[in-house]
Parts: sequence; C-alpha cells; structure tokens
Amino acid sequence: MKIGALALQGDFREHLATLRRLGVEGAEVRTPEELAAVDALIIPGGESTTIGKLAHIYGLIEPIRECVRAGMPVLGTCAGMIFLASGTTDGDQDQLHLLDVVVERNAFGRQVDSFEADMQVAGRAEPVHAVFIRAPWIHKAGADVEILAAVVDPSSGEERPVVVRQGNILATSFHPELTSETWVHELLVAAATDHSQPS
Amino acid sequence: MATSNTERGTDLVKRGLAEMLKGGVIMDVVNADQARIAEAAGAVSVMALERVPADIRAVGGVARMADPAKVQEIIDAVSIPVMAKSRIGHFVEAQILQSLGVDYIDESEVLTPVDDNHIDKWNFTVPFVCGAKDLGEALRRIGEGAAMIRTKGEPGTGNVVEAVKHMRIMNRQIRELTLMDDNELMNAAKDIRAPYHLVREIAETGKLPVVNFAAGGIATPADAALMMQLGCDGVFVGSGVFKSGDPAERARAIVEATTFYQDAAKVAKVSAGLGEAMVGLNVDTLAPADRMQDRGN
Repeated sequence: MKIGALALQGDFREHLATLRRLGVEGAEVRTPEELAAVDALIIPGGESTTIGKLAHIYGLIEPIRECVRAGMPVLGTCAGMIFLASGTTDGDQDQLHLLDVVVERNAFGRQVDSFEADMQVAGRAEPVHAVFIRAPWIHKAGADVEILAAVVDPSSGEERPVVVRQGNILATSFHPELTSETWVHELLVAAATDHSQPS
Repeated sequence: MATSNTERGTDLVKRGLAEMLKGGVIMDVVNADQARIAEAAGAVSVMALERVPADIRAVGGVARMADPAKVQEIIDAVSIPVMAKSRIGHFVEAQILQSLGVDYIDESEVLTPVDDNHIDKWNFTVPFVCGAKDLGEALRRIGEGAAMIRTKGEPGTGNVVEAVKHMRIMNRQIRELTLMDDNELMNAAKDIRAPYHLVREIAETGKLPVVNFAAGGIATPADAALMMQLGCDGVFVGSGVFKSGDPAERARAIVEATTFYQDAAKVAKVSAGLGEAMVGLNVDTLAPADRMQDRGN
C-alpha cells in the first residue's frame, strides 16, 4: 500500500514524514500518473489558492475527483480542507467540490490570531493537541457530513466544525502533520488498507 | 466541544506558517493592483513595500518601513498572507507592522539599518523572517527568535549569483557540523559565532530548525528552479516580477517553475516567450556601500 501527498505546494514533506513514522510508504504526487499509483491521497497544508491554481493548470482536478468518487480515501488538512470543499464564504477559487461544506478561510483571523490548543474530538478519550495556522472552519455542512470536532465562533456563539468526515473524505482545519500525534494519519491508513484490499 | 490551553505566538505557530509557504513564491508588491496580480499568478504570500529593491537602489537615501496606509491597502486587497519589512533593529516599526495585522515581518537589509543590534523577536506574537549569508548568521537570527530564514543574495540586482553563494555556504557548513565529533562543537559555535545549543541541534538533525527560502536577485523561472534544486524551501522574488516586461506571465511562470523545479521540460515550457527579464546588475561592480547583503551582523 502506498499513500500519496499532493506535492504542488505546502508542507507535503511533513505528511510523508508522519507516514514514515507509521511505517507506511508515501509518495509525492504532482501528476495524474503519480496519482494513479497511490491507494490514498493527502492534500497538505499550504496556500489553498496556489494549490488550486496549480492543480487546475496541470490537469489534476478531474483525476482527483474520479479517484475519490471511486472510493479512494483522502485526507485534507487546512488548505487541503479548503481545496476539498464545495465553496468558500469569500468568493471563487479552484476547489474539488467533493466535501459538501462551505468553508470560511482565515476564520480565526490573521497570523497573530493563530494558535495551538487542546481539543476534544468525537471517538477519542483524551483531548488532542492541535495547531491552527490562519486556519479555516466550516461555515455550513451538508447532511452527509459527520462532525468530529467543532469550536465556538466567539462572534455568533455558534459551533463551527473543524474536523469532519464524509464517507472516504476526512478533513481537519488544523495541522496533524506538525505535531507528534498520528491519530489522523492512522484513520487514513486504516481506510486505505480497507480500500486497497480486494473484497 | 471546546478548546483549552490556547497559546498564540508559540514557536510551532510561528514556524508553522513558514512551513505552509514551502514550495511557493513570495512576491514584492508596492500597491493593491500588484498584490492582486501576484495572488492571481499563484503567489503564496506578498511582501508589502514602498518600493521594490531595484528602486530603493536607484533612489538612494534612507529606506524605511512602508506607509501603514499602503500596507493596509495591500492587506485589504488579497486573501493570502501579507509580509512587510522593518529596518534592522527598528523594533518600533515592527510593533507598528504587528498592530496592522501583518502575517510575517521581514527584518530586512533592503531597508537602512538603525542599529547594530537586531530586534529581539521573542517579544512579538507575529513571526519574523531574516536574511543570512551563512550558517552563523542564520543561527544568530534564530537565536533572536526568527521563525524563518532566507538567503540574503544581493537584492534589486536581478543577479542570482550571491543567493547561490549564500546557499552553498549554508549547505556546506551544515554538512560540516554533522561530521564533527561532539567535542568539536563548542569551537565550531565560536568560529561561526552562533549559539551553542543551535549548533548542537544542527549537528544532530543536519538541517535548520526553520524553513529557509532563497532571496535576492531571482529574475527567471530557471533562477527559481536552481535555488530549489540547491535545497531552498521556496523563493522570494523582489524586483524580478514587476521590473520585467510582462509581470503577470512571469509571476505565473516562476510559481510553476518552483513547483516543478525537477522537471526541466516543464521549466522550459513556462520560460518560453516571457519577454524581457529585468535588466540586472553585475554584483562585482557594486561599490561596497551599495552592497545590501553586508548590512546586519
């Protein structure tokens, strides 16, 4: 089994390093051919507008859609969550429209408002440690989207999802690849193992 | 569900933003229109400036932090992170930039230094990037709290020779540390005038603890790919975009070359028909006083 990290821009090397710690083979993915050779895909943190543009120019949008619709497990972190989503609250950008959510980019503010914190996640006994960097949150989620963690929007008092799952799609607002915790990647590896085994 | 033990401005948060910029291009811009062109071309961030380095060089005199109105105009124009430059040692300019909501401060030799002492960057929530010509300089800046390093190069020349030199020196010095016996590390720290604990860390890990971008003189897609192949994490383009014939096309080409830096055919394709690059200066004919890389210590 091999897990790819979309390597157009961003911290894909940190994701591959996390996979190595789990003993899983990783590969950089920049072309449709490289995408076809992996069993699951990680869309890393980075600048979502840059990743979207490069994916568009180099013909990766449709191949990724086809793979994910055919069941390939995918994980998006921060910019990766934005790229997977169906829209943003602040205008058009290249997105995959696979995850049925509208995201708010830079939802917590500018870099001086970026933070790390402990957070409860559904299905985990202990709090997780999460680092949010100019992070998005989910403004609106479709009915099929399972919310695993949320934060409270201080201005409206409403809960805003920051970890979600929709079938084979997993997305986080924060960066599991920057901390020593591996539980997010373990979820992806488990899904990829199921997917790569012929049933 | 809620968060607890929330901390802002930690090393992880500051260095983490630079991690997100990796494999990307940060472009100098002097107004909202240029910022929008840079964003549309795929820049990961823009550097808000009063003048690009080539014009600072041409105008002479004292170069200072940009007008806060200009920085604000650029912040309002784009959704990508905005950086801005403070003078070396001018911690009040840095305080002002932090209060404006700038995402990264470049304590930069492109502006006229005000002090032999660099800013104590640990005092800030906003992260800093600083220039370095060699490993010792990089580690002194990291010791002061810099969360990102860039080569100094020679800004505003359109000549990448100095950035190449600085990257090679840094790579070589890192390799040398990894080969040393632990007993040699204190003398090594003394020789390169770097904090001992950081020297020890590099000897163990074989890499800088922060992201390292190329800067200074990058003018073409091939220049960007060269710096990436030399091991930089991404590139700053100063005067190279908006001093060229077709800034939008050149900006896009440099972005694509930075992603596909190992693929010569793709770099060739994006380089074709770009029009005039910025004219460029020969660094060895610059008067010592005009060498920006020698500012700071």
